[in-house]
Amino acid sequence: MAVSREDLVHWLTALAQVFAENRQQLTELDLAIGDADHGINMDRGFTAVQAELSAHPPADLRAVFQDVAAVLIRSVGGAAGPLYGTFFLRAGTACSGKSELAAADVVALFGAGIEGVQQRGKAVAGDKTMVDALLPAVNSMRRALEEGSSLAGILDQGVVAAEAGMLATIPMQARKGRASYLGARSIGHQDPGATSSYLLLKAAAETWRA
Amino acid sequence: MKKLINDPRDAVRESLAGFAAAHADVLKVCFDPVYVVRVDAPLAGKVGVISGGGSGHEPMHGGFVGKGMLDAACPGQVFTSPTPDQMEAATCAVHGGAGVLHIVKNYTGDIMNFEMAAELCQARGIEVQAVIVNDDVAVENSLYTAGRRGVGTTVLAEKICGAAAARGYDLARVAALGWKVNGNGRSMGMALSPGTVPAAGKPGFTLGEDEIEMGIGIHGEPGRQRMALQPARELTAHMADAIVADLPFGADDCVIAMVNGMGGTPLMELYLVYAELEQLLRARQIAIARRLVGNYITSLEMAGCSITLLKADDELLSLWDDPVLTPALRWGI
Repeated sequence: MAVSREDLVHWLTALAQVFAENRQQLTELDLAIGDADHGINMDRGFTAVQAELSAHPPADLRAVFQDVAAVLIRSVGGAAGPLYGTFFLRAGTACSGKSELAAADVVALFGAGIEGVQQRGKAVAGDKTMVDALLPAVNSMRRALEEGSSLAGILDQGVVAAEAGMLATIPMQARKGRASYLGARSIGHQDPGATSSYLLLKAAAETWRA
Repeated sequence: MKKLINDPRDAVRESLAGFAAAHADVLKVCFDPVYVVRVDAPLAGKVGVISGGGSGHEPMHGGFVGKGMLDAACPGQVFTSPTPDQMEAATCAVHGGAGVLHIVKNYTGDIMNFEMAAELCQARGIEVQAVIVNDDVAVENSLYTAGRRGVGTTVLAEKICGAAAARGYDLARVAALGWKVNGNGRSMGMALSPGTVPAAGKPGFTLGEDEIEMGIGIHGEPGRQRMALQPARELTAHMADAIVADLPFGADDCVIAMVNGMGGTPLMELYLVYAELEQLLRARQIAIARRLVGNYITSLEMAGCSITLLKADDELLSLWDDPVLTPALRWGI
């Protein structure tokens, strides 16, 4: 199985519903260690993405990613806007010239995305950020690819690792972003950014499996 | 949650519409993308000075747009950084050929969005420099966090950089003054009760009846400690001591002082704190040369205050005294 332009649009439009459904949960998580806006911002961003993709369907895979990045950068705000915007911008560059994505391409685009996130936000593993969900997910997807798993298998491995990474942020002390001001008081709370990253990957696995 | 709003989603936009209508002599508001800009921008040959940040801190930053201060301000959603398209549009609107200074408060989102905006503006051939304000002494272990937050000194930096640009200084000199203000300014705040983000509908944190948060940030970020409510004299001393020790400020220093309300504290209490501050500094032989007492950088309806001290020399005082005509600061005109 390969991912077509339509599959990509399915995933990204599905995210509008995912973030609408999880708006409250993400905002509650952010209320505990941030500024209570992550769910609101992600919901606003992906609602705008859905509107843009249906009003102006992009011609190819790369254009889909570029449009999504532009919409997120101008509609999300906070740190999540530039970070997810950069994620999709880099993901788009990684699949430039392709008309559909094989398993290796999907792994490469997530790899390029997380690399961009790290460059923009300068976070490393263990800082209690979205990197803690995305980095283990990409590493696990790379291993699954090397082992010859199918795309569905690779995505499932990624989701399992992202979920574990998300849960592993609970005992961490934040070193980046607004949560870092809490110091030790950030321990015991799940990171909202790691949670939205997990939801994003989980939605990819679910929409592309069907 | 009781608020004078219609729909939380429209609150920022509707407030800006009123702001534009109330101050049409000084500024206008563009809505797509959103920014506040001087009516007479761009001024040929003058360095543009812009800032931006989440809404909910009014009058900062829009209230400081006008002659002698900011040329434009980019309001984000409540407590959320504005986006690069806003800063890019504002930068283009105020660029009079001499480049544009971005005054950025040190928050992860603000830094990243302004960085992306600066890249976009430079791609258009507009010279942009940024000054980062990080003056909050409450953040002690800044190596292990996102660093010190930008708070009260931002107001002073916007006034002084705005005055320098109005005098015709070039971009490098205006930026250097911004860094100088940041280097010599220190702040600390405290909260008696929280504010509520309209779209969240619940307070950002909770405090007991007799509890306060010492070292609070302007988005309700926690500070150094939760402590029991004490008389204003002790609370003022707690903040002033931390600020004075940090720079440090010493005998015979001359300062610009700001006692700033967080939004939900009456002016009566702010003046009371100012009296305590003046007495404390006099005992240390630190002279307050200029002062601001009022609500300048707020946190919605949070109750509490912050204190900012800026060690000032003749250059900074002279720029401070230059005329300014904005919704929130007006003198000399």
